[in-house]
Amino acid sequence: MPRNEQIQVARELGLRDEEYQRILDILKRLPTPTELAMFSVEWSEHCGYPHSRRWFELFPREGKFPVLVGEDAGGIVYQGQAIVFKMESHNHPSQVEPRQGAATGIGGIIRDIFGSGARPIACLDSLHFGPSENARSNFIFKGVVDGIAFYGNCVGVPTVAGELYFHPSYQGNCLVNVMSVGIAPQNRLAKSWAKGKGNLIIYAGNRTGRDGIGGCSILASQEFSGQDEKRPSVQIGDPFTEKCLIEATLEALATGFLVGIKDMGAAGLTCSSSEMAAAGGSGVKIYLDRIPVREKAMEPWEIMMSESQERMLLCVKKGYENSILQIFHKWGLEAVVVGEVVDGDKITIALDNQIVADIPAQELTKPPIYTPPAEKPAYLKTINRLNWNNIPLPENWNEVLFQLIGSPNLCSRHSIFEQYDHMVQINTTILPGNGTVVLRMKNFPWGIAVTTDCNPVFCYLDPYQGTQIVIAEAARNLAACGAQPAGITDCLNFGNPQKPDRYWQFIEAVKGISDACKFFNLPVVSGNVSFYNESPTGPIHPTPTIGMIGIIEKVEKAVNAFFKEEGDCLILLGETREEFGGSEYLRIIHNLELGPIPKLDLQAEKNLQEFLIEAGQQGLVHSASDLSEGGLACALGEGCLCGEKPIGCSVTLDDLPNIRLDALLFGESCGRALISCKSEKTPILEKLAQNKKVPFFIIGKVTGKNLTIRKNQQSIISVPIEDLRKAWYRTW
Amino acid sequence: MKFGVVVFPGSNCDYDCQHVLSEVLGQETEMLWHENRDLKECDCIILPGGFSYGDYLRTGAIARFSPVMESIRNFIEGGGLVIGICNGFQILVESQLLPGALLPNQPGHFICRYVYLRVENSETPFTRLFYPGEVIRIPIAHHQGNYFIPDSSLVTLQNNRQILFRYCDAEGQINPESNPNGSVDAIAGIMSSSQNIMGMMPHPERSSEDLLGSQDGKRIFLSVIQWWEEKQHAKK
Repeated sequence: MPRNEQIQVARELGLRDEEYQRILDILKRLPTPTELAMFSVEWSEHCGYPHSRRWFELFPREGKFPVLVGEDAGGIVYQGQAIVFKMESHNHPSQVEPRQGAATGIGGIIRDIFGSGARPIACLDSLHFGPSENARSNFIFKGVVDGIAFYGNCVGVPTVAGELYFHPSYQGNCLVNVMSVGIAPQNRLAKSWAKGKGNLIIYAGNRTGRDGIGGCSILASQEFSGQDEKRPSVQIGDPFTEKCLIEATLEALATGFLVGIKDMGAAGLTCSSSEMAAAGGSGVKIYLDRIPVREKAMEPWEIMMSESQERMLLCVKKGYENSILQIFHKWGLEAVVVGEVVDGDKITIALDNQIVADIPAQELTKPPIYTPPAEKPAYLKTINRLNWNNIPLPENWNEVLFQLIGSPNLCSRHSIFEQYDHMVQINTTILPGNGTVVLRMKNFPWGIAVTTDCNPVFCYLDPYQGTQIVIAEAARNLAACGAQPAGITDCLNFGNPQKPDRYWQFIEAVKGISDACKFFNLPVVSGNVSFYNESPTGPIHPTPTIGMIGIIEKVEKAVNAFFKEEGDCLILLGETREEFGGSEYLRIIHNLELGPIPKLDLQAEKNLQEFLIEAGQQGLVHSASDLSEGGLACALGEGCLCGEKPIGCSVTLDDLPNIRLDALLFGESCGRALISCKSEKTPILEKLAQNKKVPFFIIGKVTGKNLTIRKNQQSIISVPIEDLRKAWYRTW
Repeated sequence: MKFGVVVFPGSNCDYDCQHVLSEVLGQETEMLWHENRDLKECDCIILPGGFSYGDYLRTGAIARFSPVMESIRNFIEGGGLVIGICNGFQILVESQLLPGALLPNQPGHFICRYVYLRVENSETPFTRLFYPGEVIRIPIAHHQGNYFIPDSSLVTLQNNRQILFRYCDAEGQINPESNPNGSVDAIAGIMSSSQNIMGMMPHPERSSEDLLGSQDGKRIFLSVIQWWEEKQHAKK
């Protein structure tokens, strides 16, 4: 194919003209069709992060505990155990085919975890959809939940936590961010390289088919234009094969005969083989005729680009290949030797004694870096001018509470997480719905707490500070159960980076993560970027989803969120200010999305975290939950409702600042938490609060069958718990 | 006492059962690979939960043909104790070692949560440590746990006191709201007329430690251990 024709093909594969030129410079000849395909996927946004990579240098890579930063998944080390975690997006596939899109998202992230040598012990899903009243959004939402249940339940990894958030900006582009956590003794972690001349490359798992070809370069690296047919780019998941692959891979790793391993995810065989070669500084030769394929007539470039699921690539010490093959065969999986480590630094692809690709692996795995222009979005000039005086005070506060606590973003998630097996592996000691989810570690006194968080409205109104608030909230969430925040992974979902306002949002969010993490001494151990989340109706709200892991030293002391005993004292921690910009209250009750968002005092957050961890681990509190969307009133409602046996509470606001009632009840000031305790514990807690400089207000007690809130002897809210439960407990 | 836990490809509660039996209860526990016919002289075999062979077909439909199931049939004929939990119950029903069938849940989707069970017969090897009519809390996690049996056979089950657990509310009342999956007669667990095979949809291994919120499931395993030890004692 002559050069002028080939440049057309390159463009169709998503390569820019200057990228094509760079390929010519690297190869010093015209690329073969297979080589062109390999460059196009490896340099795509989804694989190579050309628009985002340079910003990751801002992220802190050190924290309270030793840190592992890896290509596929990173983690932290606690008492010799590596806790590996990563989050990834599967937005575009899920928008096109919700069930399989979500299912294969889970499969992919789990492979990243066990490919690092860790056993996957938990999954979390952060989901964002258009309004549930919209039929199409509802179809996508239901399909995604079904896909998570289909794949996650079968594969035997509990789905323990996550988020579900509805907002019109996701109408044409949903977000499905999936996170997985795994553990392994630190010295058992695997390398993702190929090394040692003569060592063999083994392909294991599902056969390679035509599914998912160009999934990352075409589907995930362009915005939805509303007309293209992208269905062939979506893959189909097979959780049974994945489950067998987990067991076989961990068994193979335990033999000590593996040099390295990598999953075939985005960009499939191209990515795994070239990145293993590059990481090991080796040459790798793959014989395509040995790759197990689903249909005979597949072209070499199709085999190299396919994103068929449930496949792993292994580098095995020469002479031990049969023992490794046997393990996979025992689990009913296909496994064959498909290549070898060779001299040099090239990834070489051969088909029937013909070389169809021969590329320096380092060059292939070093995508170009772009820093397009960034510009502050125009909407920010006007959107943060909320005028309090124009917001009327509601007349019926009961009604407001019912409306908020029953709203799609604040109501109970029981009917969703009950469709997921969240208990398998018997580690889940605080179950979803009861508070921050806690997992025990068998044979250790400690455990981990896990959460995902984002507040897209805050991040839209103020990308930098909004993102910092997300980090603070996730950390507060973990501290509430008594866990020490230990590290984060992120999934950065934004619009088209070639549009300056979207790119500006992205940079601000990265700076927000970086600054907040540095302050809290939290490493960013892994992450993922998803750009091009746009549809004809516009971009999504900036959505930097944060996944955070915390260490809980005494797991048996973990604190959940529900009120327990009649007469227990209720305490509000932190400062409540006259802030309701960006709140759910403003959005739902007044139909306004305006800033300014609440003030963030990082030091106050840190003090509150320390207080919560100490109070929880000393066994001083009966319940703890952070305040976020829906403010104090919704936190009280949830405290009453989220346990096995609902119980009421009686609260007075007299000691709290004299501010507008709506801000007091439903405002979302940062740095606050609600705890309940035996009344005799209040003096010691108050002292601890003084030491930690945490504002401390006794606001009432747990009692009866109603939720009542009073101020100056006047009843503000008084609702039977049973009625509140009916509003909150929603079946989708 | 020696327990055997069968490992089918796709089993995912196998190591949970092993943890409870060996770490929590201190019993000798063997993992039994589905392709092996050797039951390694175990005294009680557990068929654990999960998705054996993926269960892409009807649940348990492929597992019933596995080599280990042949040995288990012989083991049962010799009076050996077998417990099928969740997918294990589905396999036992599919193998016709227990009567009835397990249909998709009435809500049409997977359900994972704690439920209350009423112990209907506490004079069996599996339930002897419970009080008659005791209400216990054990989680379920399944897509196909809707127990079905024709009326005529149901009467036999009832008359033989083969029904061991029924779904109920916290007070022990049996009503449509407390039946999570639509099972006939709210049946959650049964045993064979020979009294040595038990199948149940709820997961006792998930409620065998205080840290996990309930220890009610542990008493099922303890019942079996006590029953077996008494039998050994009587032999001597």
